Amino acid sequence: MNKNLYNYILGVADNSLILGQRLGELCGHGPSLETDIALTNISLDLLGQVRGYYQYAAKILGGNASEDTIAFIRKERDYKNVLLVEQPNTDFAYVIARQFLFDVYHVLFLDQLQHSRDLTLSAIAKKSLKEALYHKRFSSDWIKRLGDGTDESHSRIQNAMNDLWVFTNELFQLTEADKEMLNEGIGVDVTQLKADYYNQLNDVLNEATIEIPEVKFFQKGGKEGVHTEHMGYILAEMQYMQRAYPNMEW
Amino acid sequence: MSENQIKNLEAEFEAKISRDEKIEPKDWMPEKYRQTHIRQISQHAHSEIVGMLPEGNWITRAPSLRRKVALLAKVQDEAGHGLYLYSACETLGISRDELYEQLHTGKAKYSSIFNYPTLTWADMGAIGWLVDGAAIINQVPLCNTSYGPYARAMVRVCKEESFHQRQGFEIMMKLAQGTPEQKEMAQDALNRWWWPSLMMLGPTDDASVHTEQSMKWKLKRKTNDELRQQFIDQTVPQADLIGLTIPDFDLKWNEERGHYDFGPINWDEFWQVVKGHGPCNKERLAARKGAWERGEWVRDAAMAYAEKQADRKEKQVV
Ligand SMILES: [Fe+2]
Ligand SMILES: [Fe+2]
Ligand SMILES: [Fe+2]
Repeated sequence: MNKNLYNYILGVADNSLILGQRLGELCGHGPSLETDIALTNISLDLLGQVRGYYQYAAKILGGNASEDTIAFIRKERDYKNVLLVEQPNTDFAYVIARQFLFDVYHVLFLDQLQHSRDLTLSAIAKKSLKEALYHKRFSSDWIKRLGDGTDESHSRIQNAMNDLWVFTNELFQLTEADKEMLNEGIGVDVTQLKADYYNQLNDVLNEATIEIPEVKFFQKGGKEGVHTEHMGYILAEMQYMQRAYPNMEW
Repeated sequence: MSENQIKNLEAEFEAKISRDEKIEPKDWMPEKYRQTHIRQISQHAHSEIVGMLPEGNWITRAPSLRRKVALLAKVQDEAGHGLYLYSACETLGISRDELYEQLHTGKAKYSSIFNYPTLTWADMGAIGWLVDGAAIINQVPLCNTSYGPYARAMVRVCKEESFHQRQGFEIMMKLAQGTPEQKEMAQDALNRWWWPSLMMLGPTDDASVHTEQSMKWKLKRKTNDELRQQFIDQTVPQADLIGLTIPDFDLKWNEERGHYDFGPINWDEFWQVVKGHGPCNKERLAARKGAWERGEWVRDAAMAYAEKQADRKEKQVV
Protein backbone atom coordinates (compact mmCIF):
# COMPACT_ATOMS: atom_id res chain seq x y z
CA MET A 1 0.00 0.00 0.00
CA ASN A 2 1.21 3.49 -0.78
CA LYS A 3 0.91 5.02 2.67
CA ASN A 4 2.03 8.45 1.52
CA LEU A 5 -0.50 8.62 -1.27
CA TYR A 6 -3.22 7.47 1.11
CA ASN A 7 -2.31 10.14 3.65
CA TYR A 8 -2.02 12.71 0.94
CA ILE A 9 -5.55 12.01 -0.28
CA LEU A 10 -6.91 12.29 3.24
CA GLY A 11 -5.12 15.60 3.68
CA VAL A 12 -6.98 16.92 0.69
CA ALA A 13 -10.35 15.26 1.21
CA ASP A 14 -10.75 15.84 4.95
CA ASN A 15 -10.95 19.59 4.35
CA SER A 16 -13.94 19.10 2.11
CA LEU A 17 -15.55 16.61 4.47
CA ILE A 18 -15.39 18.82 7.53
CA LEU A 19 -16.39 21.98 5.70
CA GLY A 20 -19.23 20.10 4.01
CA GLN A 21 -20.35 18.86 7.40
CA ARG A 22 -20.25 22.37 8.88
CA LEU A 23 -22.33 23.73 6.02
CA GLY A 24 -24.74 20.84 6.45
CA GLU A 25 -25.52 22.13 9.94
CA LEU A 26 -26.96 25.27 8.36
CA CYS A 27 -29.39 23.62 5.98
CA GLY A 28 -32.84 25.01 6.75
CA HIS A 29 -31.50 27.82 8.93
CA GLY A 30 -30.06 30.27 6.39
CA PRO A 31 -30.79 34.01 6.32
CA SER A 32 -32.90 33.57 3.17
CA LEU A 33 -34.09 30.67 1.05
CA GLU A 34 -31.65 31.64 -1.70
CA THR A 35 -28.57 31.62 0.53
CA ASP A 36 -29.80 28.45 2.19
CA ILE A 37 -29.96 26.74 -1.18
CA ALA A 38 -26.58 28.13 -2.25
CA LEU A 39 -24.78 27.01 0.91
CA THR A 40 -26.35 23.58 0.63
CA ASN A 41 -25.11 23.42 -2.94
CA ILE A 42 -21.59 24.08 -1.78
CA SER A 43 -21.93 21.42 0.88
CA LEU A 44 -23.20 18.96 -1.72
CA ASP A 45 -20.30 19.73 -4.05
CA LEU A 46 -17.75 19.28 -1.29
CA LEU A 47 -19.23 16.01 -0.11
CA GLY A 48 -19.39 14.78 -3.68
CA GLN A 49 -15.67 15.49 -4.02
CA VAL A 50 -15.03 13.70 -0.73
CA ARG A 51 -16.69 10.56 -2.01
CA GLY A 52 -14.43 10.51 -5.03
CA TYR A 53 -11.30 10.94 -2.95
CA TYR A 54 -12.26 8.42 -0.28
CA GLN A 55 -13.32 5.79 -2.77
CA TYR A 56 -9.87 6.08 -4.22
CA ALA A 57 -8.28 6.02 -0.77
CA ALA A 58 -10.30 2.92 0.11
CA LYS A 59 -8.97 1.15 -2.96
CA ILE A 60 -5.43 1.97 -1.89
CA LEU A 61 -6.13 0.77 1.63
CA GLY A 62 -7.74 -2.45 0.42
CA GLY A 63 -9.48 -5.02 2.61
CA ASN A 64 -12.79 -3.91 4.01
CA ALA A 65 -12.07 -0.21 3.70
CA SER A 66 -14.79 1.91 2.11
CA GLU A 67 -15.56 5.58 1.71
CA ASP A 68 -17.62 5.29 4.88
CA THR A 69 -15.06 3.56 7.08
CA ILE A 70 -12.67 6.32 6.10
CA ALA A 71 -15.20 9.09 6.65
CA PHE A 72 -16.73 7.85 9.86
CA ILE A 73 -14.59 5.52 11.89
CA ARG A 74 -11.26 7.17 12.23
CA LYS A 75 -10.03 8.68 15.52
CA GLU A 76 -9.82 12.41 15.79
CA ARG A 77 -6.02 12.36 15.56
CA ASP A 78 -6.29 10.70 12.16
CA TYR A 79 -8.29 13.48 10.53
CA LYS A 80 -5.97 15.75 8.59
CA ASN A 81 -8.13 18.76 7.78
CA VAL A 82 -6.84 22.26 8.46
CA LEU A 83 -8.17 24.07 11.52
CA LEU A 84 -9.91 26.68 9.39
CA VAL A 85 -12.66 24.38 8.12
CA GLU A 86 -13.65 23.09 11.55
CA GLN A 87 -14.39 26.58 12.92
CA PRO A 88 -18.04 26.99 13.96
CA ASN A 89 -20.93 28.72 12.20
CA THR A 90 -20.81 31.60 14.67
CA ASP A 91 -22.88 33.80 12.39
CA PHE A 92 -23.30 34.33 8.66
CA ALA A 93 -20.20 36.52 8.56
CA TYR A 94 -18.05 33.69 9.96
CA VAL A 95 -19.63 31.26 7.53
CA ILE A 96 -18.80 33.50 4.59
CA ALA A 97 -15.32 34.45 5.82
CA ARG A 98 -14.42 30.80 6.42
CA GLN A 99 -15.77 29.88 3.01
CA PHE A 100 -13.93 32.66 1.24
CA LEU A 101 -10.60 31.94 2.97
CA PHE A 102 -10.95 28.33 1.95
CA ASP A 103 -12.31 28.84 -1.57
CA VAL A 104 -9.46 31.08 -2.71
CA TYR A 105 -7.00 28.42 -1.55
CA HIS A 106 -9.09 25.60 -2.95
CA VAL A 107 -9.16 27.03 -6.46
CA LEU A 108 -5.41 27.62 -6.48
CA PHE A 109 -4.82 24.14 -5.15
CA LEU A 110 -7.10 22.30 -7.56
CA ASP A 111 -5.73 24.28 -10.44
CA GLN A 112 -2.38 22.61 -9.70
CA LEU A 113 -3.72 19.22 -8.69
CA GLN A 114 -5.38 18.81 -12.07
CA HIS A 115 -1.88 18.44 -13.52
CA SER A 116 -1.01 15.64 -11.09
CA ARG A 117 0.66 12.57 -12.53
CA ASP A 118 -1.93 10.56 -10.63
CA LEU A 119 -4.78 10.26 -13.10
CA THR A 120 -7.51 9.67 -10.52
CA LEU A 121 -6.52 12.74 -8.53
CA SER A 122 -6.19 14.78 -11.66
CA ALA A 123 -9.68 13.77 -12.79
CA ILE A 124 -11.25 14.60 -9.43
CA ALA A 125 -9.41 17.92 -9.39
CA LYS A 126 -10.63 18.89 -12.84
CA LYS A 127 -14.22 18.26 -11.92
CA SER A 128 -13.88 19.92 -8.51
CA LEU A 129 -12.18 22.99 -9.90
CA LYS A 130 -15.31 24.04 -11.75
CA GLU A 131 -17.28 23.75 -8.55
CA ALA A 132 -14.68 25.56 -6.47
CA LEU A 133 -14.65 28.46 -8.91
CA TYR A 134 -18.35 28.83 -8.41
CA HIS A 135 -17.94 28.67 -4.63
CA LYS A 136 -15.28 31.34 -4.75
CA ARG A 137 -17.49 33.63 -6.76
CA PHE A 138 -20.32 33.13 -4.29
CA SER A 139 -18.21 33.78 -1.21
CA SER A 140 -16.32 36.74 -2.75
CA ASP A 141 -19.60 38.36 -3.72
CA TRP A 142 -20.85 38.01 -0.18
CA ILE A 143 -17.59 39.34 1.26
CA LYS A 144 -18.20 42.49 -0.77
CA ARG A 145 -21.86 42.73 0.19
CA LEU A 146 -21.12 42.37 3.86
CA GLY A 147 -18.01 44.54 3.87
CA ASP A 148 -19.57 47.33 1.87
CA GLY A 149 -23.15 46.84 3.08
CA THR A 150 -24.26 48.35 6.38
CA ASP A 151 -22.21 49.38 9.41
CA GLU A 152 -23.34 46.28 11.20
CA SER A 153 -22.45 43.90 8.40
CA HIS A 154 -19.11 45.64 7.99
CA SER A 155 -18.14 45.20 11.60
CA ARG A 156 -19.34 41.62 11.68
CA ILE A 157 -17.37 40.56 8.62
CA GLN A 158 -14.32 42.47 9.86
CA ASN A 159 -14.53 40.60 13.18
CA ALA A 160 -14.93 37.27 11.48
CA MET A 161 -11.99 37.99 9.22
CA ASN A 162 -9.83 39.05 12.16
CA ASP A 163 -10.65 35.85 14.00
CA LEU A 164 -10.24 33.44 11.13
CA TRP A 165 -7.13 34.95 9.57
CA VAL A 166 -4.92 33.10 12.07
CA PHE A 167 -5.89 29.84 10.42
CA THR A 168 -4.82 30.79 6.90
CA ASN A 169 -1.11 30.15 7.15
CA GLU A 170 -1.60 26.48 7.87
CA LEU A 171 -2.92 25.99 4.35
CA PHE A 172 0.62 26.45 3.03
CA GLN A 173 2.50 24.06 5.25
CA LEU A 174 3.93 20.90 3.80
CA THR A 175 3.41 17.62 5.63
CA GLU A 176 5.64 14.58 5.16
CA ALA A 177 3.11 13.08 2.79
CA ASP A 178 2.98 16.36 0.86
CA LYS A 179 6.74 16.34 0.39
CA GLU A 180 6.80 12.73 -0.76
CA MET A 181 3.97 13.26 -3.20
CA LEU A 182 5.56 16.42 -4.47
CA ASN A 183 8.72 14.48 -5.27
CA GLU A 184 6.69 11.94 -7.21
CA GLY A 185 4.93 14.57 -9.27
CA ILE A 186 1.61 13.67 -7.70
CA GLY A 187 1.14 16.38 -5.08
CA VAL A 188 1.00 20.15 -5.17
CA ASP A 189 3.63 22.45 -3.72
CA VAL A 190 1.31 24.53 -1.59
CA THR A 191 4.13 26.83 -0.51
CA GLN A 192 4.09 28.15 -4.06
CA LEU A 193 0.44 29.18 -3.78
CA LYS A 194 0.89 31.46 -0.81
CA ALA A 195 1.78 34.76 -2.48
CA ASP A 196 -1.00 34.46 -5.00
CA TYR A 197 -3.43 33.55 -2.23
CA TYR A 198 -2.74 36.61 -0.10
CA ASN A 199 -2.77 38.84 -3.17
CA GLN A 200 -6.22 37.67 -4.11
CA LEU A 201 -7.41 38.11 -0.56
CA ASN A 202 -6.07 41.65 -0.57
CA ASP A 203 -7.90 42.53 -3.75
CA VAL A 204 -11.27 41.30 -2.59
CA LEU A 205 -10.95 42.71 0.91
CA ASN A 206 -9.89 46.08 -0.46
CA GLU A 207 -12.91 46.23 -2.68
CA ALA A 208 -15.05 45.18 0.26
CA THR A 209 -13.50 47.93 2.45
CA ILE A 210 -12.35 45.30 4.93
CA GLU A 211 -9.02 45.85 6.61
CA ILE A 212 -6.38 43.18 6.26
CA PRO A 213 -5.98 41.72 9.74
CA GLU A 214 -2.55 42.10 11.25
CA VAL A 215 -1.62 38.75 12.58
CA LYS A 216 1.79 37.88 13.95
CA PHE A 217 1.08 34.38 15.25
CA PHE A 218 -0.75 31.79 13.25
CA GLN A 219 -2.46 28.63 14.41
CA LYS A 220 -1.67 25.22 13.02
CA GLY A 221 -1.97 21.55 13.83
CA GLY A 222 -4.90 20.19 11.87
CA LYS A 223 -2.75 18.70 9.16
CA GLU A 224 -0.98 16.67 11.85
CA GLY A 225 -4.25 15.67 13.49
CA VAL A 226 -3.99 18.13 16.37
CA HIS A 227 -7.32 19.94 16.17
CA THR A 228 -9.25 22.62 18.00
CA GLU A 229 -11.77 21.66 20.67
CA HIS A 230 -14.55 21.96 18.09
CA MET A 231 -13.43 18.88 16.24
CA GLY A 232 -14.50 16.35 18.85
CA TYR A 233 -18.06 17.58 18.73
CA ILE A 234 -18.16 17.56 14.95
CA LEU A 235 -17.04 13.95 14.99
CA ALA A 236 -19.36 12.94 17.82
CA GLU A 237 -22.26 14.05 15.70
CA MET A 238 -20.96 12.90 12.36
CA GLN A 239 -19.89 9.46 13.61
CA TYR A 240 -22.89 8.88 15.84
CA MET A 241 -24.65 6.27 13.70
CA GLN A 242 -21.53 4.37 12.70
CA ARG A 243 -20.39 4.23 16.31
CA ALA A 244 -23.77 3.30 17.81
CA TYR A 245 -24.56 0.71 15.12
CA PRO A 246 -21.22 -0.63 13.94
CA ASN A 247 -20.79 -2.85 10.87
CA MET A 248 -24.17 -2.27 9.32
CA GLU A 249 -25.27 -1.20 5.90
CA TRP A 250 -27.47 1.78 5.36
CA MET B 1 -67.85 48.87 -11.92
CA SER B 2 -71.56 48.21 -12.05
CA GLU B 3 -73.05 45.14 -10.48
CA ASN B 4 -73.89 43.86 -13.91
CA GLN B 5 -70.35 44.20 -15.12
CA ILE B 6 -69.11 42.28 -12.13
CA LYS B 7 -71.66 39.56 -12.74
CA ASN B 8 -70.44 39.28 -16.31
CA LEU B 9 -66.84 39.03 -15.21
CA GLU B 10 -67.76 36.38 -12.70
CA ALA B 11 -69.65 34.38 -15.27
CA GLU B 12 -66.79 34.58 -17.70
CA PHE B 13 -64.37 33.58 -14.95
CA GLU B 14 -66.42 30.52 -13.95
CA ALA B 15 -66.85 29.53 -17.58
CA LYS B 16 -63.14 29.71 -18.13
CA ILE B 17 -62.50 27.40 -15.22
CA SER B 18 -65.10 24.92 -16.37
CA ARG B 19 -63.50 24.91 -19.82
CA ASP B 20 -60.31 23.86 -18.01
CA GLU B 21 -58.52 27.07 -18.97
CA LYS B 22 -56.02 28.53 -16.57
CA ILE B 23 -56.52 31.72 -14.61
CA GLU B 24 -53.40 33.86 -14.94
CA PRO B 25 -52.16 36.60 -12.57
CA LYS B 26 -53.32 39.47 -14.81
CA ASP B 27 -56.81 38.00 -15.32
CA TRP B 28 -59.73 39.31 -13.36
CA MET B 29 -60.60 37.06 -10.43
CA PRO B 30 -63.07 37.26 -7.56
CA GLU B 31 -61.51 38.52 -4.34
CA LYS B 32 -62.46 35.29 -2.59
CA TYR B 33 -60.60 33.29 -5.20
CA ARG B 34 -57.51 35.43 -4.65
CA GLN B 35 -57.70 35.13 -0.87
CA THR B 36 -58.34 31.40 -0.91
CA HIS B 37 -55.37 30.89 -3.18
CA ILE B 38 -53.10 33.06 -1.10
CA ARG B 39 -54.09 31.02 1.91
CA GLN B 40 -53.62 27.64 0.31
CA ILE B 41 -50.47 28.36 -1.69
CA SER B 42 -48.73 30.08 1.21
CA GLN B 43 -49.71 27.30 3.56
CA HIS B 44 -48.16 24.92 1.12
CA ALA B 45 -45.00 27.04 0.80
CA HIS B 46 -44.67 27.28 4.57
CA SER B 47 -45.05 23.50 4.82
CA GLU B 48 -42.14 23.06 2.45
CA ILE B 49 -39.78 25.22 4.45
CA VAL B 50 -40.89 24.13 7.91
CA GLY B 51 -40.68 20.61 6.49
CA MET B 52 -36.94 21.15 6.01
CA LEU B 53 -36.44 21.17 9.77
CA PRO B 54 -37.32 17.64 10.88
CA GLU B 55 -35.18 16.13 8.15
CA GLY B 56 -32.49 18.77 8.43
CA ASN B 57 -32.15 17.45 11.97
CA TRP B 58 -30.40 14.32 10.61
CA ILE B 59 -28.09 15.75 7.97
CA THR B 60 -25.11 15.94 10.30
CA ARG B 61 -25.78 12.43 11.60
CA ALA B 62 -26.59 10.56 8.41
CA PRO B 63 -25.03 7.09 8.62
CA SER B 64 -23.15 7.08 5.30
CA LEU B 65 -21.81 9.61 2.84
CA ARG B 66 -24.26 8.47 0.19
CA ARG B 67 -27.17 8.97 2.57
CA LYS B 68 -25.86 12.32 3.76
CA VAL B 69 -25.63 13.65 0.22
CA ALA B 70 -29.08 12.31 -0.69
CA LEU B 71 -30.66 13.80 2.41
CA LEU B 72 -29.02 17.18 1.86
CA ALA B 73 -30.27 17.17 -1.71
CA LYS B 74 -33.75 16.25 -0.58
CA VAL B 75 -33.96 18.98 2.01
CA GLN B 76 -32.62 21.39 -0.58
CA ASP B 77 -35.37 20.30 -2.97
CA GLU B 78 -37.89 21.26 -0.31
CA ALA B 79 -36.33 24.72 -0.13
CA GLY B 80 -36.72 24.90 -3.89
CA HIS B 81 -40.39 23.93 -3.57
CA GLY B 82 -40.79 26.70 -1.04
CA LEU B 83 -39.26 29.13 -3.53
CA TYR B 84 -41.54 28.18 -6.43
CA LEU B 85 -44.59 28.31 -4.22
CA TYR B 86 -43.75 31.66 -2.65
CA SER B 87 -43.21 33.01 -6.14
CA ALA B 88 -46.56 31.61 -7.28
CA CYS B 89 -48.19 33.20 -4.25
CA GLU B 90 -46.54 36.56 -4.90
CA THR B 91 -48.30 36.74 -8.27
CA LEU B 92 -51.50 37.20 -6.28
CA GLY B 93 -50.25 40.52 -4.93
CA ILE B 94 -48.65 39.68 -1.62
CA SER B 95 -44.94 39.86 -0.78
CA ARG B 96 -42.76 37.09 0.55
CA ASP B 97 -42.02 39.20 3.62
CA GLU B 98 -45.71 39.48 4.38
CA LEU B 99 -46.09 35.75 3.96
CA TYR B 100 -43.23 35.08 6.36
CA GLU B 101 -44.77 37.50 8.80
CA GLN B 102 -47.99 35.48 8.70
CA LEU B 103 -46.05 32.29 9.37
CA HIS B 104 -44.06 33.78 12.22
CA THR B 105 -47.05 35.25 13.98
CA GLY B 106 -48.98 32.01 13.67
CA LYS B 107 -51.60 33.56 11.39
CA ALA B 108 -50.71 31.18 8.59
CA LYS B 109 -50.61 27.45 9.11
CA TYR B 110 -48.31 24.76 7.78
CA SER B 111 -48.75 21.03 7.61
CA SER B 112 -49.05 19.63 11.12
CA ILE B 113 -47.00 16.57 10.29
CA PHE B 114 -43.84 18.61 10.73
CA ASN B 115 -44.62 19.15 14.38
CA TYR B 116 -43.58 15.58 15.12
CA PRO B 117 -39.98 14.88 16.12
CA THR B 118 -37.43 12.90 14.09
CA LEU B 119 -35.90 10.57 16.65
CA THR B 120 -33.95 8.03 14.65
CA TRP B 121 -32.40 7.61 11.23
CA ALA B 122 -35.38 5.46 10.24
CA ASP B 123 -37.54 8.56 10.50
CA MET B 124 -35.80 9.78 7.34
CA GLY B 125 -37.13 6.70 5.62
CA ALA B 126 -40.59 6.97 7.11
CA ILE B 127 -40.93 10.63 6.20
CA GLY B 128 -39.89 10.12 2.60
CA TRP B 129 -42.06 7.08 2.18
CA LEU B 130 -45.16 8.18 4.08
CA VAL B 131 -45.09 11.96 4.34
CA ASP B 132 -43.88 12.66 0.82
CA GLY B 133 -46.16 9.82 -0.25
CA ALA B 134 -49.22 11.43 1.29
CA ALA B 135 -48.12 14.82 -0.06
CA ILE B 136 -48.07 13.40 -3.58
CA ILE B 137 -51.59 12.09 -3.20
CA ASN B 138 -52.67 15.51 -2.04
CA GLN B 139 -50.76 17.33 -4.73
CA VAL B 140 -50.96 15.42 -7.99
CA PRO B 141 -54.51 16.68 -8.60
CA LEU B 142 -53.18 20.23 -8.13
CA CYS B 143 -51.11 19.93 -11.29
CA ASN B 144 -54.46 20.60 -13.02
CA THR B 145 -55.72 23.24 -10.66
CA SER B 146 -57.26 26.39 -12.12
CA TYR B 147 -54.66 28.95 -11.09
CA GLY B 148 -51.87 28.80 -13.69
CA PRO B 149 -48.80 29.67 -11.58
CA TYR B 150 -49.84 27.22 -8.86
CA ALA B 151 -50.52 24.42 -11.35
CA ARG B 152 -47.15 24.93 -13.02
CA ALA B 153 -45.30 25.02 -9.70
CA MET B 154 -47.01 21.77 -8.73
CA VAL B 155 -45.86 19.97 -11.85
CA ARG B 156 -42.24 20.59 -10.88
CA VAL B 157 -42.87 19.86 -7.22
CA CYS B 158 -44.66 16.56 -7.82
CA LYS B 159 -41.87 15.20 -9.98
CA GLU B 160 -39.40 15.70 -7.16
CA GLU B 161 -41.77 14.46 -4.47
CA SER B 162 -42.12 11.09 -6.15
CA PHE B 163 -38.36 10.84 -6.23
CA HIS B 164 -38.31 11.63 -2.50
CA GLN B 165 -40.87 8.97 -1.84
CA ARG B 166 -38.89 6.29 -3.62
CA GLN B 167 -35.77 7.37 -1.78
CA GLY B 168 -37.58 7.16 1.57
CA PHE B 169 -38.98 3.75 0.77
CA GLU B 170 -35.52 2.58 -0.19
CA ILE B 171 -34.15 3.74 3.18
CA MET B 172 -36.91 1.76 4.92
CA MET B 173 -36.36 -1.30 2.78
CA LYS B 174 -32.66 -1.32 3.53
CA LEU B 175 -33.39 -1.11 7.27
CA ALA B 176 -36.11 -3.74 7.11
CA GLN B 177 -33.65 -6.11 5.42
CA GLY B 178 -30.87 -5.24 7.84
CA THR B 179 -29.96 -6.38 11.34
CA PRO B 180 -32.66 -6.92 14.01
CA GLU B 181 -31.75 -3.53 15.45
CA GLN B 182 -32.26 -1.85 12.11
CA LYS B 183 -35.52 -3.63 11.52
CA GLU B 184 -36.75 -2.58 14.94
CA MET B 185 -35.76 1.01 14.16
CA ALA B 186 -37.77 0.88 10.94
CA GLN B 187 -40.84 -0.62 12.59
CA ASP B 188 -40.72 1.96 15.37
CA ALA B 189 -40.58 4.78 12.84
CA LEU B 190 -43.54 3.34 10.95
CA ASN B 191 -45.46 3.05 14.22
CA ARG B 192 -44.86 6.70 15.03
CA TRP B 193 -45.44 8.16 11.55
CA TRP B 194 -48.35 6.07 10.31
CA TRP B 195 -51.24 7.81 12.04
CA PRO B 196 -49.96 11.36 11.62
CA SER B 197 -49.50 10.58 7.92
CA LEU B 198 -53.14 9.53 7.64
CA MET B 199 -54.11 12.79 9.34
CA MET B 200 -52.08 14.70 6.75
CA LEU B 201 -54.82 14.04 4.22
CA GLY B 202 -57.07 16.31 6.22
CA PRO B 203 -60.07 16.00 8.52
CA THR B 204 -62.90 13.66 7.56
CA ASP B 205 -65.27 15.09 4.99
CA ASP B 206 -68.03 16.06 7.42
CA ALA B 207 -65.53 18.13 9.46
CA SER B 208 -63.86 19.79 6.48
CA VAL B 209 -64.90 23.39 5.82
CA HIS B 210 -63.58 24.36 2.44
CA THR B 211 -64.29 21.38 0.28
CA GLU B 212 -67.19 22.44 -1.93
CA GLN B 213 -65.77 25.74 -3.11
CA SER B 214 -62.37 24.16 -3.54
CA MET B 215 -63.79 21.47 -5.79
CA LYS B 216 -65.28 24.09 -8.05
CA TRP B 217 -61.97 25.91 -8.37
CA LYS B 218 -60.12 22.63 -8.84
CA LEU B 219 -58.11 23.20 -5.71
CA LYS B 220 -59.50 19.82 -4.81
CA ARG B 221 -60.71 16.99 -6.96
CA LYS B 222 -61.32 14.25 -4.42
CA THR B 223 -62.47 14.45 -0.82
CA ASN B 224 -60.07 13.98 2.08
CA ASP B 225 -61.54 10.59 2.85
CA GLU B 226 -61.11 9.43 -0.73
CA LEU B 227 -57.51 10.59 -0.72
CA ARG B 228 -56.86 8.85 2.58
CA GLN B 229 -58.29 5.61 1.28
CA GLN B 230 -56.10 5.89 -1.79
CA PHE B 231 -53.04 6.43 0.41
CA ILE B 232 -53.81 3.43 2.59
CA ASP B 233 -54.57 1.16 -0.36
CA GLN B 234 -51.29 2.15 -1.95
CA THR B 235 -49.12 1.92 1.16
CA VAL B 236 -50.24 -1.31 2.84
CA PRO B 237 -48.86 -3.58 0.09
CA GLN B 238 -45.59 -1.64 0.21
CA ALA B 239 -45.27 -2.32 3.94
CA ASP B 240 -46.07 -5.99 3.31
CA LEU B 241 -43.41 -6.14 0.66
CA ILE B 242 -40.66 -5.14 3.07
CA GLY B 243 -42.07 -7.06 6.03
CA LEU B 244 -43.14 -4.17 8.22
CA THR B 245 -46.45 -4.09 10.06
CA ILE B 246 -48.89 -1.20 9.81
CA PRO B 247 -49.79 -0.33 13.42
CA ASP B 248 -53.55 -0.79 13.02
CA PHE B 249 -55.31 -3.93 14.34
CA ASP B 250 -58.45 -3.11 12.38
CA LEU B 251 -56.67 -2.97 9.07
CA LYS B 252 -57.95 -5.61 6.66
CA TRP B 253 -58.82 -6.00 3.02
CA ASN B 254 -62.51 -5.57 2.29
CA GLU B 255 -63.29 -7.64 -0.78
CA GLU B 256 -66.67 -6.03 -1.25
CA ARG B 257 -65.46 -2.44 -1.17
CA GLY B 258 -62.25 -3.24 -2.96
CA HIS B 259 -60.41 -1.21 -0.33
CA TYR B 260 -58.71 -1.68 3.01
CA ASP B 261 -60.82 -1.07 6.09
CA PHE B 262 -58.94 0.74 8.80
CA GLY B 263 -59.29 1.70 12.45
CA PRO B 264 -60.45 4.99 13.93
CA ILE B 265 -58.15 8.01 13.66
CA ASN B 266 -57.48 10.00 16.79
CA TRP B 267 -58.81 13.36 15.65
CA ASP B 268 -58.35 14.86 19.11
CA GLU B 269 -54.63 14.47 18.60
CA PHE B 270 -54.91 16.02 15.16
CA TRP B 271 -56.70 19.13 16.43
CA GLN B 272 -54.36 19.40 19.39
CA VAL B 273 -51.37 19.56 17.04
CA VAL B 274 -53.13 21.92 14.61
CA LYS B 275 -53.87 24.25 17.50
CA GLY B 276 -50.20 24.47 18.38
CA HIS B 277 -49.78 21.80 21.02
CA GLY B 278 -47.92 19.10 19.13
CA PRO B 279 -44.56 17.81 20.31
CA CYS B 280 -42.50 20.27 18.23
CA ASN B 281 -44.75 23.22 17.30
CA LYS B 282 -42.77 25.60 19.45
CA GLU B 283 -39.38 24.40 18.23
CA ARG B 284 -40.35 24.55 14.57
CA LEU B 285 -41.70 28.06 14.75
CA ALA B 286 -38.79 29.22 16.89
CA ALA B 287 -36.34 27.78 14.36
CA ARG B 288 -38.01 29.61 11.46
CA LYS B 289 -38.30 32.86 13.37
CA GLY B 290 -34.76 32.56 14.66
CA ALA B 291 -33.34 32.02 11.19
CA TRP B 292 -35.30 35.01 9.90
CA GLU B 293 -34.27 37.31 12.73
CA ARG B 294 -30.63 36.25 12.64
CA GLY B 295 -30.72 36.85 8.92
CA GLU B 296 -32.04 40.38 9.11
CA TRP B 297 -28.68 42.14 9.12
CA VAL B 298 -27.58 39.97 6.21
CA ARG B 299 -30.58 40.88 4.11
CA ASP B 300 -30.13 44.54 5.06
CA ALA B 301 -26.50 44.40 3.99
CA ALA B 302 -27.38 42.87 0.64
CA MET B 303 -29.97 45.58 0.05
CA ALA B 304 -27.63 48.41 1.08
CA TYR B 305 -24.88 47.05 -1.12
CA ALA B 306 -27.19 46.73 -4.12
CA GLU B 307 -28.28 50.33 -3.66
CA LYS B 308 -24.70 51.55 -3.47
CA GLN B 309 -23.82 49.63 -6.60
CA ALA B 310 -26.79 51.10 -8.45
CA ASP B 311 -25.74 54.61 -7.35
CA ARG B 312 -22.20 54.04 -8.56
CA LYS B 313 -23.42 52.85 -11.93
CA GLU B 314 -25.64 55.88 -12.28
CA LYS B 315 -22.75 58.22 -11.52
CA GLN B 316 -20.59 56.49 -14.08
CA VAL B 317 -23.22 57.04 -16.73
CA VAL B 318 -23.49 60.74 -15.84
FE1 LIG C 1 -44.93 19.37 -0.52
FE1 LIG D 1 -41.65 19.39 -1.19
FE1 LIG E 1 -40.44 16.11 -0.63
